Amino acid sequence: MLNVIKIATRNLRRYQRRTLLTSTLITLGVVAVLLFISITGSFKQMMVGQITDSMIGHLQVHRKGYLASIDNLPLNRNLNPQQVAKVTQLLGDTAEIESFSMRIKLGAMFSNFTETTNIRLNTVIPEQEVKTVPLLTDRIVQGEKKETLLQKGQILIPELIAKGMKVKVGDGVVLVANNKDGSVNGKTFTVSGVLEGISGPGGRDGVIHLDDAKELLRISGVEVSEIAIRLKNMDDLPGVFSVLKAELESIRDKNDRPVFEVHTWEKLSPFYNIAKMIDLMTLFIKIMLVAIVLVSIMNVMIMAVYERINEIGTIAAIGTLPGKIMALFVVEGFLLGVLGTVVGTVISLISIAAINAAGLTFDFGRQSNLVLAPTIGAGDVITIVLIVIGIAVAASVQPAFKAARMDPIAALRHV
Amino acid sequence: MSLVVAENLKKTYQLGDILVTAIRDVNFTIEPASFVSFVGPSGSGKSTLLNMIGCLDPPSMGSLQVAGRDIVRMDRQQAAQFRGEHIGFVFQDFNLIPVLTVFENVEYPLLMVQNWPASARKKRVSELLEAVGMGDQGNKYPRQISGGQKQRVAVARALVTNAKLVLADEPTANLDGETANRIIQLMKKMRDEFNTTFVFSTHDPKIMRNAEIVFTLEDGQLLKRQNEEGGAHA
Repeated sequence: MLNVIKIATRNLRRYQRRTLLTSTLITLGVVAVLLFISITGSFKQMMVGQITDSMIGHLQVHRKGYLASIDNLPLNRNLNPQQVAKVTQLLGDTAEIESFSMRIKLGAMFSNFTETTNIRLNTVIPEQEVKTVPLLTDRIVQGEKKETLLQKGQILIPELIAKGMKVKVGDGVVLVANNKDGSVNGKTFTVSGVLEGISGPGGRDGVIHLDDAKELLRISGVEVSEIAIRLKNMDDLPGVFSVLKAELESIRDKNDRPVFEVHTWEKLSPFYNIAKMIDLMTLFIKIMLVAIVLVSIMNVMIMAVYERINEIGTIAAIGTLPGKIMALFVVEGFLLGVLGTVVGTVISLISIAAINAAGLTFDFGRQSNLVLAPTIGAGDVITIVLIVIGIAVAASVQPAFKAARMDPIAALRHV
Repeated sequence: MSLVVAENLKKTYQLGDILVTAIRDVNFTIEPASFVSFVGPSGSGKSTLLNMIGCLDPPSMGSLQVAGRDIVRMDRQQAAQFRGEHIGFVFQDFNLIPVLTVFENVEYPLLMVQNWPASARKKRVSELLEAVGMGDQGNKYPRQISGGQKQRVAVARALVTNAKLVLADEPTANLDGETANRIIQLMKKMRDEFNTTFVFSTHDPKIMRNAEIVFTLEDGQLLKRQNEEGGAHA
């Protein structure tokens, strides 16, 4: 085999310009794909991180049917104390879970004593919430970014309401809400901060303490609308999701229907569709790379066979077996693929390191100065390398087969 | 035992609607270590006959044995294997592989066809290059040597596998008279040294003069066999 490689290498060197052009094309393709994957991957990771760490969490547990009617924020679909106990015990026993946060979600009337509007509220236990969505405090654009988030009697209001109602930090406001029995109750709050709005469920909600919500809604005991969960490692998401799903679905009501539902952030956030689009674009870029490699290598190998017909006739006449003739050309294509891929991978890794070192920033929606930090996993690099080399070999097979099947006499007569 | 035995050999080609007969009921034998030439005008069937003996083109009818093997029914793979083991080729255009050095060209059949171990290969190639007077040119590439030298290398390549039979199609056609003479003498010397049979297809009177047996072909028929002493047989 070494001899086949030696001869194939020399044949590549024999047509240096063509080899250089083809491998450069492959190199450019590999660089484009690896840079695209690394940049979009880091963008995706950053956005997913923003969404999960400042709002949704990695997973959420609700009472069955709650998510379908979440727009109405139904209080009658809250988890009752026994159900909360079952879920919290299960979550506490799951080693991969770092923290979880119990929330009541509700709609209320918001008044600044002169004007009134509607507000959606996320009511939380601050210690739990900060552990589960640690970037929530970063969304406080006015007011103090406290580690404790807020205290009882305080409210974090969304930016839109703050602007629309001309409410500032320190102002007093009133919330009026219907409890699930239909009666109305009101409570005064002090604005402790203004929250930046982000897209997705809960992205434009205000935040109050869970105890205040219970008071406002006249709830006694433990009752929550949702439990947001944060994992120690996001890579464990599929595994933890299946375990929780199986465990929670096994808990049935008297009509043998599941009591709980569990969803990952992907199901909860519209950004997941953007993430899917990024994956789809990556796939198309990969297909383009495959096409580039396929066409360029096939073209070169067809030319190589055509130009060496007489030589093929000679080696066939002196007894080279068809399999070996085929191997000579396939190895040539393989080496072209390897050359382009190795150079492309090296250039890509250097470029990724350079972009990281340069600390380039970009704006996304209302978020500015996000640092572009492209990274690429070994798995992605290996996949691209294998795809390119595999396609290079596949593209060489047809011309190589033609060379191996060539009639030695016709080949020797070829001028 | 004869090295080549041809009986009622026939070769036809289909050219469109026309069936062309290139070789018609040819019978001959070639003995080991002989120096044989097929002569005749263009289109007489010399090269076709050589291709059939060289297992490159199967006969349409008749029997053809080379080195004791019936080569008529060999498939592509078997034919390639047989050529690699028993037959050497010398071509009019030398047909050296341009990306390999002189040494590597001669080494090629041992390496890619017969899989000899490295030390034996090196010894054998050096021996052959010395024998053809190219011992000091091993590191050169074909583009760096003359036509005569190329043909010497081609002869060494044909002989390196201990081939019983070397088929040479117009080996002197692209050489000047003096070089052609030297190549013929070299091949004769190689025949004497290695007991190899050389079979030529040629127009070159120099080769005809040196051949011990000359077969004359015309329109695919073997017209006469002339031996070294000048005796002719129908």
